[in-house]
Amino acid sequence: MKTFQLGGVHPPENKLSAKAAIEKLALPKQVIVPVGQQLGAPSIPIVAKGDVVKVGQLIAKSSGFISANIHSPVSGKVFKIDETYDTSGFRRPSVIINVEGDEWLESIDRSLEICREIKLDSKQIIDKINEMGIVGLGGATFPSFVKLLVPDGKKIDFLIINGVECEPYLTSDHRLMLEKGEEMLIGVRILMKALNTQQAMIGIESNKPDAIENLTKLAANYQGINVYPLKVKYPQGGEKQLIKALTGREVPAGKLPLEVGCVVNNVGTAYAVYEAVQKNKPLFERVVTVTGKSVDKPSNFLVRVGTPIKELIAAATEGFPADTGKIISGGPMMGKAVLNADIPVVKGTSGVLLMPDVESRRLESNTCIRCGKCVSVCPMGLEPFLLAKTTKLAKFDIVEKELVMDCIECGSCAYTCPSNIPLLDYIRLGKNKVGQIIRNRNQK
Amino acid sequence: MNEVLIYGVITLGTIGLVSAIILFFVAQKFKVIEDPRIDEVEEALPSANCGGCGYAGCRAFAENLVKAGNMNGFNCPVGGSEVMNNVATILGLVPEITEPMIAVVRCNGSFSHSPKKVEYDGIASCSSANTLYAGDGGCSFGCLGLADCVAACNFEAIFMNPETGLPEVNSKCIACGACVEACPRNIIELRYLGKKERRIFVSCVNEEKGAPAKKNCAVACIACSKCFDVCPFDAIEMKNNRAYIDYEKCKLCRKCVEVCPTNAIQEINFPLRKLIVKEEKENGRESVVEGVKRETHKAKNEDNNPL
Repeated sequence: MKTFQLGGVHPPENKLSAKAAIEKLALPKQVIVPVGQQLGAPSIPIVAKGDVVKVGQLIAKSSGFISANIHSPVSGKVFKIDETYDTSGFRRPSVIINVEGDEWLESIDRSLEICREIKLDSKQIIDKINEMGIVGLGGATFPSFVKLLVPDGKKIDFLIINGVECEPYLTSDHRLMLEKGEEMLIGVRILMKALNTQQAMIGIESNKPDAIENLTKLAANYQGINVYPLKVKYPQGGEKQLIKALTGREVPAGKLPLEVGCVVNNVGTAYAVYEAVQKNKPLFERVVTVTGKSVDKPSNFLVRVGTPIKELIAAATEGFPADTGKIISGGPMMGKAVLNADIPVVKGTSGVLLMPDVESRRLESNTCIRCGKCVSVCPMGLEPFLLAKTTKLAKFDIVEKELVMDCIECGSCAYTCPSNIPLLDYIRLGKNKVGQIIRNRNQK
Repeated sequence: MNEVLIYGVITLGTIGLVSAIILFFVAQKFKVIEDPRIDEVEEALPSANCGGCGYAGCRAFAENLVKAGNMNGFNCPVGGSEVMNNVATILGLVPEITEPMIAVVRCNGSFSHSPKKVEYDGIASCSSANTLYAGDGGCSFGCLGLADCVAACNFEAIFMNPETGLPEVNSKCIACGACVEACPRNIIELRYLGKKERRIFVSCVNEEKGAPAKKNCAVACIACSKCFDVCPFDAIEMKNNRAYIDYEKCKLCRKCVEVCPTNAIQEINFPLRKLIVKEEKENGRESVVEGVKRETHKAKNEDNNPL
């Protein structure tokens, strides 16, 4: 079985919700749709207070090349356009809509029938993906159409589909592969057509045998799509790690996967592409895992963007678990603790994890014992202890020379450190500072 | 035996002589002519190498100053006017008169004014915390209280007050601006030290609208414009949902402090308001607001006159 060579860790998987089928969550009374859900420039709202919107109607327009359209996830009246709190407690402009009924735009095909024939050509597909506001659903929320624009002279050998889901607890991609496998594969064919490539590889970790079996069976009908089981290792879902695992190619430091003829997309994105191109449905809902050791019923919900996460928690567990220490948006390794449960689900929310108080606390950190564990687990081949130390001493020239910008912030170093040193915190700080230094230098 | 000694002396002597001649000519050829005044100026400077003047250390300041030939824009914040007068005498120039400045912390979101809502257990660095969350009081503009400014100060002039969780500047501050740079939220600002070290400033940098700002902090500026309306000197500017007092225009009349409904405007080193105190005593009650004001007064006064 394939995997990437350098580093990696094996955190407990805790895939509690793997057996829970995707459920549709009831519509909330009010949705909060932030206009900056994607990586890049925030979108510009085009509706005003009091406007009546339908499901799928454009409510905020892309404001630049790296930006995305945002569509209304519900039907109802725009209550106001105001700032609301985001995951970190900063205030961001959002469109707040009071839900009235569930009236969809007529252009959206709501039938469950699978459309297999791809009618659009490459350019039309890319335009469609841009128009429907599709972003990478793996978590980085990078606008998908940008990835599909291949510069002249570059050839894409492989389209890589990321079904790894290496984050502990999360199962949204797993369930999608099981329940919407066929649709997803059509999405992959669409992406292949857009990229003009003949080969697609789907990488799935071997802890999801049912998904591997399902997709292998279905993929037999689709030319050029192959499913590869991968050895379980975190962070295999990282773009560069997955390319290395599947093709053996190594993306050079500071370069994009394009450089080695690969484009990576998440299974969720492939499904969203299918819906956008074949069903004319913009991206306004996604599968979110709600899980945790004290959660009564760990579940996978199909949720409209903008639903407050407290509604998801309420649907998964009766009463709020008393021992909750942190609510994490995303998985336990790379996710972010949220400041309160009122924040909305956005396009990039893959899971909501309720972590017990005991587990959520950091242990007291001690001095470095020079065991070198962080070096051996770093999937990018960096030296985390050195990066942390030099950042602490503010020697940012060394930090830059030691390739801090290559860090993918997977957290393996901090996870493995026997002295509980918050290595990732320091590295992130160093990355931030070096990024500023580089930007200043480029401006001059 | 003697021969060895003589040959040794002669050989070494010749080598020495030849080298000396070569060195003499090389030294002539590569002579660096440097203005001797640079050394003199450097001598007169305090050698703190803090960078507060905008140059990389005292030597660089001296070189640039001598090269420029005038005093415009050159000021050593550590030495102040005394040192700059000495420097001016060395160079035969007229010193630029600069008003002394001091760093002020424009946030009053102490533990009591902005109670903790969440817990942060990451590394003790404001610039790191600033990328992770808004702040434990909920205000995304206020002080994070992790002391990046204290770490940046070379003069022991800024310290965290454990009771309020906010940094406090003492009289050792020479306004080098290191803390201003270190603060990721631009809370610290350099302002005129003022007559008798009296200062008035808006102690809030929150750019949110009134209601959300007030929700997180009892002493937030809610941009009500009362101070703007009352200011007779046109020194107050309303921008981005907050008031800002221009220290160059402010005449320290304290009218704005009286009208501020949230106590966001701080006055430092002023005497107590006799009238109000008298009135209160006559009425036999203490207004809570004034009580708070006096308390901050006292604290600041003690800070500057440690007896």
